[in-house]
Amino acid sequence: MLKKLSGIYTPLFAVFLGIFVGAIIMLVSGYNPIVGYGALIEGIFGNAEYLGETIRTMTPLILSGLAVAFAFRTGLFNIGVEGQLMVGWLAAVWVGVTFELPKIIHLPMAIMAAAIAGALWAFIPGYLKAKFKIHEVITTIMMNYVALYVTAYLIRTYLKAGMERTEKIASSASLASEYLQVITEYSRLHYGIIVALLAAVLMWFMLWKTKLGYELRAVGYNQHGAHYSGMKVNRNIVLSMVISGAFAGAAGAMEGLGTFQYMSIMAHFTGIGFDGIAVALLGANTALGVVLASGLFGGLKFGAANMENVGVPPELVEIVIALIIFFVASSYLIRLIINRFQKEGK
Amino acid sequence: MDIIQLIISSTILYAAPLIFTALGGVFSERSGVVNIGLEGLMVMGAFTGIVASLYFEGLGMGNASPWFGLIIAIIIGAVFSLFHAVASISFRADQVVSGVALNFLAVGLSVFLVRKIFDKGQTDVIKFSISKIDLPILSDIPFIGPIFFTNIAITSYIAIILAFVVWYVVYKTPFGLRLRSVGEHPMAADTMGINVSKMRYIGVLLSGAFAGLGGAVYALSSSLQFSGTTIAGQGFIALAAMIFGKWNPIGALGAALFFGLAQSLAVSGGTLPLLQDIPSVYLSIAPYVLTIVALTGFIGRADAPKAIGTPYIKGKR
Repeated sequence: MLKKLSGIYTPLFAVFLGIFVGAIIMLVSGYNPIVGYGALIEGIFGNAEYLGETIRTMTPLILSGLAVAFAFRTGLFNIGVEGQLMVGWLAAVWVGVTFELPKIIHLPMAIMAAAIAGALWAFIPGYLKAKFKIHEVITTIMMNYVALYVTAYLIRTYLKAGMERTEKIASSASLASEYLQVITEYSRLHYGIIVALLAAVLMWFMLWKTKLGYELRAVGYNQHGAHYSGMKVNRNIVLSMVISGAFAGAAGAMEGLGTFQYMSIMAHFTGIGFDGIAVALLGANTALGVVLASGLFGGLKFGAANMENVGVPPELVEIVIALIIFFVASSYLIRLIINRFQKEGK
Repeated sequence: MDIIQLIISSTILYAAPLIFTALGGVFSERSGVVNIGLEGLMVMGAFTGIVASLYFEGLGMGNASPWFGLIIAIIIGAVFSLFHAVASISFRADQVVSGVALNFLAVGLSVFLVRKIFDKGQTDVIKFSISKIDLPILSDIPFIGPIFFTNIAITSYIAIILAFVVWYVVYKTPFGLRLRSVGEHPMAADTMGINVSKMRYIGVLLSGAFAGLGGAVYALSSSLQFSGTTIAGQGFIALAAMIFGKWNPIGALGAALFFGLAQSLAVSGGTLPLLQDIPSVYLSIAPYVLTIVALTGFIGRADAPKAIGTPYIKGKR
């Protein structure tokens, strides 16, 4: 019983510690943590618009979190979600701008294009890992930068329309929803949240209800064991990266088809892919956990802006997120603390 | 002639922060601790370098201010790297995850403090940067003098000399042997009476000091102020340089110089007759693509320290 619960304890405790240390930092730097966190909570739930924007912020986080979690499950560390997201974003916008089709074909096609682009981008590190045993952490980091520069170059050279961005996508490829906007006092909430939640169900189903998922988990759990029981380890490594990349690419589609309806020439990373690492870690690499953790981080990210109204720098939230990752990663420390408490309780 | 001089001097300028940081990476990874956090350590170095330098300017230290800034950045870089050391060595955290957290924390914390201190998103601009000098005598040598010894920041020379010093320390001293042994086979090192945790702490702390210096050199010689986007990937290029250089200080030096050249060409390539027609994107992605190519083994096999990435738990086989 206790063992089962500790799976929930660790992330909850990590969140608590992160928020607690954040409060100390606020105190030390002369801000009132109650006022600061009060503004943060108001920025998340304060009104229908804030709530809508929080859910919108959450949408790509779910998908990028799923991408990282899926790779983790199979023993891979995909730090390249950021880059896969960017190529996915560009592919979705390209399809959205270039084609004229009925919505029922156009929208799925644009999302598929994003997923395929992300999958292809992730195929490279997957293939290099399987074929040359190159650690995917380094290759995915490098691929992020390649994606950053290449997408900017492609937009500047082939897709630029005035300003520093592409044209707007056709409405037939858009995820925007007037209905959702109206009920949330004109936030930018869009149908992407449905796509993201479906993706979470899909990941759960794939991992736990199919033969493929069983094999992928087996490879992640024990590569040699999987190899000796006749599974094709290398093929599974590539496949796992490709599926992970597809989730990441779809996260880009949420931004391209939902929130922005275009893509800008980017000088810096979006950060969504990196936040996906935090989301996956906190969500213990489960589909449900990822959705819940996305809710938390989506809220923190969007609500942070409201902290400026009471004079607290919104970057505090970045610190809190970093601390939460730190504490989740140091779960050994948390287990020590919990054990200590339990012994004293007896 | 002018063009060659321009390219070489800007190459060395861009390369210096990469050299320092990559050397830091060598210390950490040779001891068996992956350091994805080099980027974050550079961010902290750049931040403290600028803030400290501004402070010393305020005290009237003039030209000496950036040098004091560098010293403070080395110290803060080392202290900040403790975060990674404690997590990955004592708390047995996944070293990659801990490095990622460090990167997040560095940007969050530094911009938080910038807003607190300056009440805006970036710091003021420093008045005294690291000055560029002509080396006496050497700069008078015909042809070579103007290219290599004229109008060059002193920190660039320090970086290049330091690479050889680090090489000597890592390969020719008892300390270096111990450092490498805990990265290759910690259990054997432990049996020989080497304190694995202590050596790894030293490795990570040195990486923090060097990367802090690297970040500060960049800020105090190139950007001249600090914001959340001042360090945008240089830490990862330094990591790439270290891998490209096969975890060897001299190799890292060579790779950093090469990546410095790529950055220099990406910036000034448009003015060169030969490079005008090549889209600058190729030069921008060159360091990253080349690292992947290097790892693939086309440029000789690169072998990472064997025990890298795994926490050492005493008594566990």
